[in-house]
This record gives sequence, structure tokens and C-alpha cells, in this order.
Amino acid sequence: MSDTQKDPWARFRTATRARIALGRSGDALPTKALLEFQLAHARARDAVHSAVDFDRLAADLSPRETIRVHSAAPDRPTYLRRPDLGRRLDPASAAGLPAGQWDLLFVIADGLSAAAVQVNAAPLVHACVARLGHLRIGPVVLAEQARVALGDEVASAMGARLVALLVGERPGLSAAESLGVYLTWEPKPGRADSERNCISNIHADGLSIQTAADKLCWLATEAARLKLTGVALKEDAPSLPGPDNQKNQLTDRS
Amino acid sequence: MAGYHCDLGRQRHRFDDLKAVMACASPRRSGDELAGIAADSDERRVAARVVLADLPLKTFLTEVLVPYETDEVTRLIIDRHDADAFRPVAHMTVGQFRDWLLSYQADTAALAALAPGLTPEMVAAVSKLMRNHDLVSVAAKCSVVTRFRTTVGLPGRLSSRLQPNHPTDDPTGIAASTLDGLLYGIGDAVIGINPATDNVPACIALLEMLDAVRTRFDIPVQSCVLAHVTTTMQAMERGAPVDLVFQSIAGTEKANAGFGVTLSLLAEAQEAAKSLKRGTIGDNVMYFETGQGSALSADAHFGVDQQTVETRAYAVARAFDPLLVNTVVGFIGPEYLYDAKQITRAGLEDHFCAKLLGVPMGCDACYTNHAEADQDDMDVLMTMLATAGVNFLIAVPGADDVMLNYQSLSYHDVLGLRHLLKRPPAPEFEAWLEKAGWLDEQRRLPPWPDQSLVVSALLGSAA
Repeated sequence: MSDTQKDPWARFRTATRARIALGRSGDALPTKALLEFQLAHARARDAVHSAVDFDRLAADLSPRETIRVHSAAPDRPTYLRRPDLGRRLDPASAAGLPAGQWDLLFVIADGLSAAAVQVNAAPLVHACVARLGHLRIGPVVLAEQARVALGDEVASAMGARLVALLVGERPGLSAAESLGVYLTWEPKPGRADSERNCISNIHADGLSIQTAADKLCWLATEAARLKLTGVALKEDAPSLPGPDNQKNQLTDRS
Repeated sequence: MAGYHCDLGRQRHRFDDLKAVMACASPRRSGDELAGIAADSDERRVAARVVLADLPLKTFLTEVLVPYETDEVTRLIIDRHDADAFRPVAHMTVGQFRDWLLSYQADTAALAALAPGLTPEMVAAVSKLMRNHDLVSVAAKCSVVTRFRTTVGLPGRLSSRLQPNHPTDDPTGIAASTLDGLLYGIGDAVIGINPATDNVPACIALLEMLDAVRTRFDIPVQSCVLAHVTTTMQAMERGAPVDLVFQSIAGTEKANAGFGVTLSLLAEAQEAAKSLKRGTIGDNVMYFETGQGSALSADAHFGVDQQTVETRAYAVARAFDPLLVNTVVGFIGPEYLYDAKQITRAGLEDHFCAKLLGVPMGCDACYTNHAEADQDDMDVLMTMLATAGVNFLIAVPGADDVMLNYQSLSYHDVLGLRHLLKRPPAPEFEAWLEKAGWLDEQRRLPPWPDQSLVVSALLGSAA
């Protein structure tokens, strides 16, 4: 018997991660498929609700200096309900930021996946620093209960021309550890999403750390040359696989 | 402006304007709290409902919530209001209107005749005085039937959208999810792909693939690639097989601008699609998606609560005689609908409000992984919606959308509901299933083994 005769779905399974051909118990899911789904959902929820171990992350980033900040959202339930608070620093954090003159600042935000940040953030920073040794790169800022726009406030206070904000992306069932990066030229509060460049889907089964670092460094170099980020930078680089084409989709915003 | 008030015991609750009454009367939800317009106590919420119950329905014709002069959706609502159709309820308060809707007098024919006389704000207002079961039982009396190659929305039937998304639009991957879904009888409302890449050649490639599947098996279905309306219009100009034109819409001109659409653009797209004459039994060629929170997320809600703004999107939809409309109720995130209680309530509100307005409403019963909800909650919502006569439900393989990273219903769920509630798919599609020999003697669609002729014929010829 050929494989196709044994499993007529074989060639389709290799073409998609979708949960096809699960079988049926009556009209319902078989027990195995039911539990596989519940495990994937549990992992996604754990990724959203568990906290990043920032001490460990700081150690992983060594020898780079790190600074810890917290958003104005005191806890995870507030963070989920109030995106506006996740985009601002709490007053104590804002007061403690050292001013400087930096070409590039990395800000690591927990976002919606602690696992993504724990696993992928430090290797990506190291890979980028290795490629951008000629730049003045500031201390790495570790931001708790933080969304993308928080990087604008941090970077403008610290005197950075360019900020790369690494953030845990909203987990799906098949990718709970996906990291995104948002690059913003002349960051300041009030920057629109259209003024950023995004690299998303950085995880073991998606974009590799090395490929992501290559893309990020290319973008950072171009941003410094053109003195901008956002839509205009993308248009000049049509071959760059921008992750976010304009989608006709009602969606939440980070 | 005089404002409104309500005395409850020693407490006088004041509301600056009608918008404030509406916002405070809404059940608690995170989006209205985020916007800073929600009631700050449970008592105030009820006080607003007491005010609303005594408010004459016709108030909404003269006191608009979004200015007529600056918003084309308000102009659409006011200019197209049918005063003759409104007459049977014109003398009622919102509270009396609720009682009438629940009465035996408000039967299917009366509600259909009334629809053009109702505005979104009237319907949103009365929904705020209703419990979940009220929303179900009144919606169940409404019938909104539309046609293209199948008839969607007939009483006693439950249609479905097959959503075979793939993160890179891989044709074999999309075919896999499509063929799997057909084996569960899914797709009689539409086979609709959310494309990962929104450009014209990619859109055309997907449209041609779906059309090839449809014609190869001679299935009475319509297909759709949910690209931006302008992408689909260009695809039509290049001769692509476009059945339905899709677009996300919202309840204000500014929010629609955020989606890159105007009413005139939608009209142009509708005309273009109708001129292709691809429908065999009808010419409902539009497909719209909506969802509570979209106006706030575009900073285009003008202080109006998210449920009322959402209902205004249905006035946009009904102006274009759509085949399908669905709310993406749990998709937009917990900052708008925090948990399963809020998602469930919003799904039932959206369905009720749309049906009263004469809009062919379906639902994507769904949630994201940062919302407090799971598949048990979707079981409750889908069963209530099916009981309420929802026109269609969206289903994906194993309830897991691997492109958009959220959970909807599975093919199993829709099939199980059909068998449980005795609601078969659209008649044309059911006839196709019967002719193909897929139904058992009880007219159920049983699990066909991988080695059966049904499966091998479907998979073998899809090469």
C-alpha cells in the first residue's frame, strides 16, 4: 500500500498546520484531538498570563547594561483592559531614566507573550549588536506590562534617535513564543503605527534569530540614512518581506 | 441641552445628553470603560435604562448621536428612514417597543414590514432593555433571506462559512482545509479566505483556485477572497471570477475612512459585481464584516457607546443588499469585550439588532488568547445563536485559525448543531450533498472513513 492509500490526507498535512482530518466521535472531536487543542490553548494562555523573569533576562543580556521600567498598568488584568496605560511609563520609571545620546536603543516589552520574550529577546539583541558594533547603542531597557508605544516615551527621554522595541506577540495556538520588533525613527509620544517598521513572527518555527537580525540591521541602517521609518521606508525596499501588508481585517492593536 | 435624569430613592442620576443615556444603559463592557463613557455603578446603569424605557422612539429621528452635517452614515440613516413603515410603532416609548417586540402581534411578517422604519439607534436602545433570552426569542421571529447560488437565511436552516485560511496562502494548504470542510457539509454560505497578502495577483490566484474547486465538483456555493474592496474591484477589471465583494465596515464615516471606504465606493463595487451576473438564483453580491470596538480603535466613535456605533454599521450594510454580514464578535480583543460574558452578550445583541433592521446576520463566534474565554463559552454562544436563527456561522479546521491566530468554531461544531437542532444547510447545498450520496437514511452527514468512495473521490480528484 502506498502512503496515499493508507492516509489520503498525507500530502495535505504537509501543506498546512491547520487541524485538518481530525476524525469524529459522532459529530464531536475525538478525545485525542480535544486534548491536543486544550493543551495548545493552555500554553497560549500561560504565555499571556505568566510573567517574564526579568532577572534572568538581564543575566542573559550580560555584559550589556540593563534598566528596568514599568508601564502605568499595575497588573496584567489592567494591562489587558487598558491599552492606553500599557503605552505610558509609571511616574517613578519616567523619573529614573538617564539621558544620553544614542544611535539606537533596544527596549524589551513583555507584551502578550512572556515566553516569546524569555526565549528570543536576548539572542536577538546579541545578534544585532554583533552586526551594529559601529553604533552608539544604549543600555537595554526592560519594560514590564508594556505595549509597543511605550518605547517612544523611553527612547525620547533617553535621547535615542532610533528605537527597536522587542515585544511578545499575541499567541496563537500553534505559535505561543512569537516575538515582534517595531523600529521607530526619532521616537516620541504620539508616533503613529504607520511611522514604524515591523518584523514579526520571530520564533523557532518562524523567522530565525539570525534572519531577523539581518532584517533589523538593514532597516536600522536605512532608517539612519533616510532619517525615517514607516511606510516610506518599506516602499523603498519592496523586496523586504514586510510582515504587515494592509489587511482588510478588524483587529486589535498592540 | 436639557439633559435627562432619573430619581431612584434619594439619588438623582443626571445624564448630559442622549449619548450618555445610551452609553450608561449598556451592559458593562471594557470598550465603553476604555472610552470613559460607561456607567460608574450598577445603579446608574439601571437608572439609564429607566430613562430609556420612557423615551419616545421617535426621539432618535430628531436627536442624532453623530452630527448629520459631518457624517454620511447619519445622513444615510435619516434620509432613508421610511416613515410609513415606522407608523405602527411611532407612538411607542422604547420600553413599550420592547413589550411589543416580545408580544405575539410582532410576528415574522410584522417585523419584516417594520424593518425599513427602524433606525440603528432605536434598535440599539431597545436591545439595552432586553435580557439575552429576549434577544434570542425576538431575533428568532425575524427572517432575512438572501440568494446568490444558495439561499441563505431560510427558517429552520443553518448555513456556514468555510474559512480555509493559510499563513502564506499556500494553494495546497487552502485546498486541504476546504476539502476537509466539505466533508462536514460546511461552506453553503460562502467559502471565504482571508488572504495573508492583499494584492491583486494574489487575490486573483486564490479566486481562480476556489472557482476551480467549485466547478470541478459542481457545488452550489459562492466563493470570496476577503481582500480590500479596491483590490477586488481591480481583480474584477482583470476578469477574475469574483462572486462576492467583501469589505469590513463600521458605523461612522470616519471609522469607514479608516478602512479606506466610503458609501460611494461600496456602491461602485456592488454595481461592478452585479454586472458580472454570476449568481444563479439571486444577485446579493456583497459580504460585510463588522464588530464592536472597531470605531473606538479607529478613534472614530464620537463618544457613542460601542454597541450603538456597531448597530449603525448595519445601516451601511443594508444599503447594499448583502448576501452575508457577520460580526467578528470576540476577535477585536479584551479591551473591547473582556470575557465570555461580554462576548456572548455582544454576539446576541449584534445578531438581534441586525435582524430587526433587515440585515442577513451571521456570526464568527470567536475569541483571542488574551480574552477570558474558551471553547466551552463558544459552545454556549453558538447554541444560542443557532436557536435565534442566525443566518450562518463561521467554521475553521479544529476551531484554530492558523493565519489570524484566534479560535472560532470547528467544522464539527456546526455539523453537530445542525444535527442537534434539525437545521440543515441551504436547500441547494443539501440537495448536492444528497445527490452525491453523502447523507445517511436520517439525512445526517455521517463520518466517512478515509477509504470510502466519498473521501477518495473528493481527495483523489483534487490533485
